[in-house]
Amino acid sequence: MTDLTELSLAAAREALAKRQVSAVELAKAHIAAMEAARVLNCFISETPDQALAAAADCDARIARGDARPLEGIPLGIKDLYCTKGVRTTAASHILENFVPTYESTVTANLWRDGAVMLGKLNLDEFAMGSSNETSYFGPVISPWRRPGSNVKIVPGGSSGGSAAAVAARLCYGATGTDTGGSIRQPAAFTGTVGIKPTYGRCSRWGIVAFASSLDQAGPIARNVRDAAILLRSMAGHDAKDTTSVDLPVPDYAAAVGTSIQGKVIGIPKEYRLDGMPAEIDRLWSEGVSWLKAAGAKIVEISLPHTRYALPAYYIVAPAEASSNLARYDGVRYGLRVPGKDVVELYEKTRAAGFGREVRRRIMIGTYVLSAGYYDAYYVRAQKIRTLIKRDFETVFAEGVDAILAPATPSAAFGLGEKGSADPVEMYLNDVFTVTVNMAGLPGIAVPAGTSAEGLPLALQLIGRAFEEETLFALASVIEESAPKIALPPKWWDR
Amino acid sequence: MNTNPSKLIKGATGDWEVVIGMEVHAQIISKAKLFSGASAEFGGEPNSHVSLVDAAMPGMLPVINAECVAQAVRSGLGLKARINLRSHFDRKNYFYPDLPQGYQISQYKNPIVGEGIVLVDVSPTERIEVGIERLHIEQDAGKSLHDQSATDSFVDLNRAGVGLMEIVSKPDMRSSEEAKAYVAKLRTILRYLGTCDGNMEQGSLRADVNVSVRRPGGPLGTRCEIKNVNSIRFIGQAIEAEARRQIAILEDGGSIEQETRLFDPNRGETRSMRSKEEAHDYRYFPDPDLLPLELDQAYVDELAAALPELPDAKKARFIAQYGLPAYDAGVLVADKETADYFEAAIAHESKSRDPKAVANWIMGDVAAYANSVGLSIPQTHLEPAQIAGIVDLIAEGTISGKIAKDLLLILIEEEKAGDPRVIVEARGMKQVTDLGAIEAAVDAIIAANPDKVAQARAKPSMLGWFVGQVMKGTGGKANPQAVNELLKAKLGI
Repeated sequence: MTDLTELSLAAAREALAKRQVSAVELAKAHIAAMEAARVLNCFISETPDQALAAAADCDARIARGDARPLEGIPLGIKDLYCTKGVRTTAASHILENFVPTYESTVTANLWRDGAVMLGKLNLDEFAMGSSNETSYFGPVISPWRRPGSNVKIVPGGSSGGSAAAVAARLCYGATGTDTGGSIRQPAAFTGTVGIKPTYGRCSRWGIVAFASSLDQAGPIARNVRDAAILLRSMAGHDAKDTTSVDLPVPDYAAAVGTSIQGKVIGIPKEYRLDGMPAEIDRLWSEGVSWLKAAGAKIVEISLPHTRYALPAYYIVAPAEASSNLARYDGVRYGLRVPGKDVVELYEKTRAAGFGREVRRRIMIGTYVLSAGYYDAYYVRAQKIRTLIKRDFETVFAEGVDAILAPATPSAAFGLGEKGSADPVEMYLNDVFTVTVNMAGLPGIAVPAGTSAEGLPLALQLIGRAFEEETLFALASVIEESAPKIALPPKWWDR
Repeated sequence: MNTNPSKLIKGATGDWEVVIGMEVHAQIISKAKLFSGASAEFGGEPNSHVSLVDAAMPGMLPVINAECVAQAVRSGLGLKARINLRSHFDRKNYFYPDLPQGYQISQYKNPIVGEGIVLVDVSPTERIEVGIERLHIEQDAGKSLHDQSATDSFVDLNRAGVGLMEIVSKPDMRSSEEAKAYVAKLRTILRYLGTCDGNMEQGSLRADVNVSVRRPGGPLGTRCEIKNVNSIRFIGQAIEAEARRQIAILEDGGSIEQETRLFDPNRGETRSMRSKEEAHDYRYFPDPDLLPLELDQAYVDELAAALPELPDAKKARFIAQYGLPAYDAGVLVADKETADYFEAAIAHESKSRDPKAVANWIMGDVAAYANSVGLSIPQTHLEPAQIAGIVDLIAEGTISGKIAKDLLLILIEEEKAGDPRVIVEARGMKQVTDLGAIEAAVDAIIAANPDKVAQARAKPSMLGWFVGQVMKGTGGKANPQAVNELLKAKLGI
């Protein structure tokens, strides 16, 4: 085998099972890849020693014939997941040196199943961003480039480090979190597969909170099957998270490649935006024809409140964030900048500890919850949220099995190209993804083509609550039907 | 509600009526905190009862403690209040070092318990009804320690996250006496229910008192809230001081500013803490980490069926079953353990004994002793069986009431675990009913005091002196009735 990092997760697992390769070999190959790719800035913390020790244990288990579902598979973990004894920063100065004494439920589930951690992945600060440019540890550089250009491209965000690391073959898969599109958009920008499962499918315990009613963990992987394998290990009920749901976790990978004959796919007319690039429109049409060819029935549907989703999201999410981030006050842990009294300590600590985008959202959130504005903003946004949910419920009640839409309004953009003057320009990236979080539904982004500039483009499938299996089946049809998108050459590794 | 003239406060320009409403914070009795598994026990080394959730570590989530919910429902039922089968939690946002999350989880819009009622005996002859507006559950904060260092403050999070019930009354009280009686009654009810220990010194029960004044029958005045008053006595003092302050301002032509005030017990006055303008904007919103709290009626019914007998019911039963006067019944039921003590004494060895006699002993000499040593009656070493023994010995004529008092003293000071009957036997305290022995004593006194005998024949009220002498001569053990009769016969009066 030439380059172990080029394998899919499923293939690597098979090679391990057949003893063609050892877990330590896989770990070493990925550690080398990780170290060679530091220019991409995917990792905030690398944990090679821990990875090698874990891999040695995995080899011992494999030798005993006692392998677990993810035995010896090297993964990257978004640095929003608290990892016991390993610094967890949320890409923020305020948590720069924070080392949790506890392990998040989702990562604990992955280790329970034998996965190996390579390190902690970069992200937008507190998961607030769509380009990974708000990280205190600097932006992640996408492994993708426009052919013939050296312009640095963003990997999307907030799970930018996760998506870039998977696309750059630094790990077989990575965890992400998705509050308004933070798994699906970076997956779309990097030619990887990302699924945000139904709200409540994965435990939020031990994941640094951004907006509690919207946050959900999910995997980013190199193909649909790998994503399905990872989600099975990540998902499950957790008594420590009241909002997690006690439903059995299906074998998602078994759904990959199953027939979609007779499935009813809704095409929401409201997602056809004015000024949408023709290539996005074309990609969408191609997706329709692939699914139709595989036996699905296509119907036009209406989700009438779609256009209110983005403004409502940018009220609800900052409102929750303003409260969730109040705990970073310099009193018990994290950064502390002393002041003459406690109020000054708060002010100085939070001014120094939070970056611009985080401060902006805390201020927006504080404003919309303030007396006199609460009804005009927060209450109305919640009403819109209810209407958005109802839109989806209506079409699902009419027999629609899933909805096909673009994942993003464009391909990835260059570093610094968007949002520096007007943050709303950046927020518009989430236009196709936030509705799914607002409704708590599962959504998957799957690569479907390339832009005229040669960058990946993706389609999004939105499913009924807890019917991720349908999404994996449909996504695998798109994956099979779409032209193969070769991952970018390792220009950074020379 | 009609104005009661006796409650009015005389001002320079006429009468004023004080209107009082109260928000009582009662710490829920539970092993663990409201949203974490850490111990809710009082005390402990600073920061020894703190979980990751209580310290608001990143990614931590609250999980409601079912026992705290049950306690709140029990309390609601005890206040004859509506139980809301669906309620939800809100976040009250503010920054303070003893509030790790930067918000308190509380119930703002939809509390678990709605309107209820408390019957309050203000005096033996006056009972009022105080409406309950709502009861909700919320987290307590930690404690800031400012006296440990010259330059820094420290924070103890042992209490952070402990479950509290906030019980909000309607503005139904019209005097400090009513307010004090209301808190005392509320405390009694919660103690009966076992939902709050009511210990005000430890802060398990504290009150925010809303006070306003008005002309009798006039529109409500502007109120001031006196925060965190932590004893019933101080509640009374704070209301008196605040009412006087408001009346003085109004009579001077001023107006009352709505504000939060603190009571200073040393100076006997309230002082401003913050004005309405400085009031926090708490930015309440539903806590997205917690699902709405949904109860079913069967669950509530089950808790209702398991409720203990409450003070009003117990008082009525004491009157009906034991024939006690209402006052006695009220005194005995004010503390559940005392009521149990009384009933244990009544029921001791299944003998029948006069409940009123038992009540008199408990409320009289036993209470006086308990009070003198700073304990409640049941906390003293005196057992209900011992009280029952004393009452029985008197009833059967074995000892007199006076000897009984000596006997109690022996039980208090010498033979703490003693059996009254054994003591009486061993110490020869039995009343002498042997007429021969009494007659001998009577004869001896008559013989030794011829002058007094002559006086007594002229003035029969002198008999008392002879009775006293005979009792003294017999060490108090002679049956007083027999002494009386013999003396009368021998003196011919």
